[in-house]
Amino acid sequence: MMTNNTALELRRVNKWFGPVHANKDISLSVGRGTIHGIIGENGAGKSTLMSIVYGFYQAEEGIILVNGKECLIDNPQASIAAGIGMVHQHFMLVDTFTVLENVILGVEGGARLTDGLTKARKELLRLEKEYSLEIDVDAYVGDLPVGLRQRVEILKALYRGAEILILDEPTGVLTPQEADHLFRILNTLRDQGKTVVLITHKLREIMAITDNVSVMRRGEMVAHVATKDTSREHLAELMVGRTVLLQVEKEEATPGKTIMKIRDLSFIDGEGVLRLKKIDLDIKAGEILGIAGVSGNGQSELLSVLGGIDRPSAGSVIYKDEDITNSRSFNARNLRKIGLGHVPEDRHRSGLILSFSAKENTILGYHDSPNYNKGTTLDQNSVLKTCEAYIEKFDVRPPDPNLNASGFSGGNQQKLVLAREMENDPDILLVGQPTRGVDIGAIEFIHKQLIEMRDAGKAILVVSVEIEEVMSLSDRIAVMFDGEIVGELDAKDATETRLGLMMAGVKEDPTSEQLEENKAADS
Amino acid sequence: MDSIQLFILLLDATFRVATPLILAAMAGMFSERSGVVDIGLEGKMLGAAFAAAAAASVSGSAWVGLGAGILTSLALSSLHAYACVTHKGNQVVSGMAINIMVAGLTPTLAIAWFHKGGQTPALSGDSRFQPITLPFADALRDTPIIGFTYAELISGHNILVYIAVISVPIVAYVMYRTRFGLRVRAVGENPHAVDTAGISVDLMRYKALAVTGLLCGIAGTYISSAHGAGFIRDMTAGKGYLALAALIFGKWKPVPTLFACLLFAFTDALQARLQGVDLPIVGVIPVQFIQALPYILTVLLLAGFVGKAHPPKAIGIPYIKER
Repeated sequence: MMTNNTALELRRVNKWFGPVHANKDISLSVGRGTIHGIIGENGAGKSTLMSIVYGFYQAEEGIILVNGKECLIDNPQASIAAGIGMVHQHFMLVDTFTVLENVILGVEGGARLTDGLTKARKELLRLEKEYSLEIDVDAYVGDLPVGLRQRVEILKALYRGAEILILDEPTGVLTPQEADHLFRILNTLRDQGKTVVLITHKLREIMAITDNVSVMRRGEMVAHVATKDTSREHLAELMVGRTVLLQVEKEEATPGKTIMKIRDLSFIDGEGVLRLKKIDLDIKAGEILGIAGVSGNGQSELLSVLGGIDRPSAGSVIYKDEDITNSRSFNARNLRKIGLGHVPEDRHRSGLILSFSAKENTILGYHDSPNYNKGTTLDQNSVLKTCEAYIEKFDVRPPDPNLNASGFSGGNQQKLVLAREMENDPDILLVGQPTRGVDIGAIEFIHKQLIEMRDAGKAILVVSVEIEEVMSLSDRIAVMFDGEIVGELDAKDATETRLGLMMAGVKEDPTSEQLEENKAADS
Repeated sequence: MDSIQLFILLLDATFRVATPLILAAMAGMFSERSGVVDIGLEGKMLGAAFAAAAAASVSGSAWVGLGAGILTSLALSSLHAYACVTHKGNQVVSGMAINIMVAGLTPTLAIAWFHKGGQTPALSGDSRFQPITLPFADALRDTPIIGFTYAELISGHNILVYIAVISVPIVAYVMYRTRFGLRVRAVGENPHAVDTAGISVDLMRYKALAVTGLLCGIAGTYISSAHGAGFIRDMTAGKGYLALAALIFGKWKPVPTLFACLLFAFTDALQARLQGVDLPIVGVIPVQFIQALPYILTVLLLAGFVGKAHPPKAIGIPYIKER
């Protein structure tokens, strides 16, 4: 064929990080003017692959072709010159710069800034119109909400003349509405002839927007399919390598007594910022209460206050009919003793000590229990037995109690933490981000464990930024925005749209027309 | 009239004391804005002071001295960059090491070369930067206030003082109006953004540290060959740290930093005046206490009145490409 319709092609790309073979013989072909999805679990090698295309890493073997021509891409500059732009998962922006300054960084067009800035301002206004990417170019990036920051990243790429746009997990920080808006932008880009490569682990996004999809598993490319010929279930199976249940199977909940009653709870952090504003919540036995919200809206603070790590500034926490807020036992250690388990959001920072063995991590926080002590020394034998039991029950791999926590994969680390907190038989369990960075197979297992615990009559609070997870796991959902509970609803009545609006801070009030207005304004 | 004259003379002394502070603080601004902590300003100045005095006394030219001072400071700055940028070392440790090394090396070399107990020979004539009398200064001296101000405050300084004064607007222009400044600021805030924009983070930091070396070299030269007349051991006397304090107090911005330098210098000029003066009520204050005043003030200012400073976000963190 004379006219080449392939915008980007990879042939037999191989990349090692030391002994880890991160990309194995990857070949990929992306058609011009299409949206091409690359899906795979965390650690499957998607981001590495795209970093190679962007010149951030160099592949040991293999070639990259742009528009049918072989390109040597050994640094980002070469990639930009070849017409490739990348929107990184963690935005590559300078917060103290304006939008305009961020856009021209690296392509200032002369030693003096003034000329470059004037030119860029004009060009940006044109791009904004063409792709409907409105933004105030003089605003400081640090003041912009994440959705707009992402827009700056896209503009940055377009300003550099990108014909191929790579987006790495672009929706991780967005509300569903913001994500939809992003998809509309991507559609516009495609209609204008640009090529989009979307890296994600979310099946919903692949199905919603892509034309073609490539699936990666453990560093290998396992399938290339047209999106219309596939299904979520099929893709999930390709990603994991076996059949998985996407929907959590559970019976109707039978909520019992309120185990923890939270009233007017406020929290001011060390910098004097009010992070929690008069939170009211009831956590009941035999029920999973889910907290939904975009990350950074007070969920982390809620967990650390309820877990006894931070003290509330006002309000009360009533545990089993007793107001424990001002008691001296309101700290992480003593709360564990009276039946509160806590799986922290960040297992690397607060859930585990990575340089300790699995065995030692097994007793963290419970280390002074008589079960693990003989006089003044630890009862190594009992610790080992406990760890072995956890490993077997939670199917932790590799099953080695002496391996350092850092040697386990994300999913297995999470299983270690969950095992520790669940097997000490708490009456109430706080779980932050139960499946962040965990592969699909382990997600299924963790969800099942949580449901079992609920059915055993325990109270569970789940905080997650994955809206699908909150919806499928919870019996009742509370939505947080800017330190407040915006609303609470039964999981049966929750839809992604309703939750999404609440996550953006819109309070539901069916009697007024506000909801309708907001809907209109959003679309 | 008398008190006004006194005040003008005090300001005049302030400028003389402030010159090395201003130059060193501007030097530190490039380093710190690019994300590299520079506690080694002190050592660079001391090294430059020694090299300048030594070269000037041997060659008989203050300008040769300046060249030697700048080269020495640049070399020390490159050493800092090699340790912190190329090898991702700890920036405070590297800076401290430079300070200690220079403090020991300079008197040793002075003894070896000049046999004057760790000093260089006294500089005079062309081997020292001499005051420049601006046109009409003497003619206008007797005109009340304006003339006197012109003759005493504006005129009669050596060239390096004028360089220090104009360095501030030049630094401000470079930082905020040029491509180089934009990149320096960016690399200190978010080096990842700079890297993905196709700019080498390491090269940017080397360049910024080169500017630091240049300015520190001028500052050091001023101390030994313009303000002083020869090198004396430890003659920088903590001015590098004071400049760093001024930089923080000025929130890493050129003009506020200038004022911080002037404030510190003013207290220093004041303490020189206050020595042995019989003050009302308190009487004569011990010299030691008065000499400590500028430093006490520095501590108080930094502890209580800085407010919320926003240092460059990536300061002190070596840039390592994440896996």
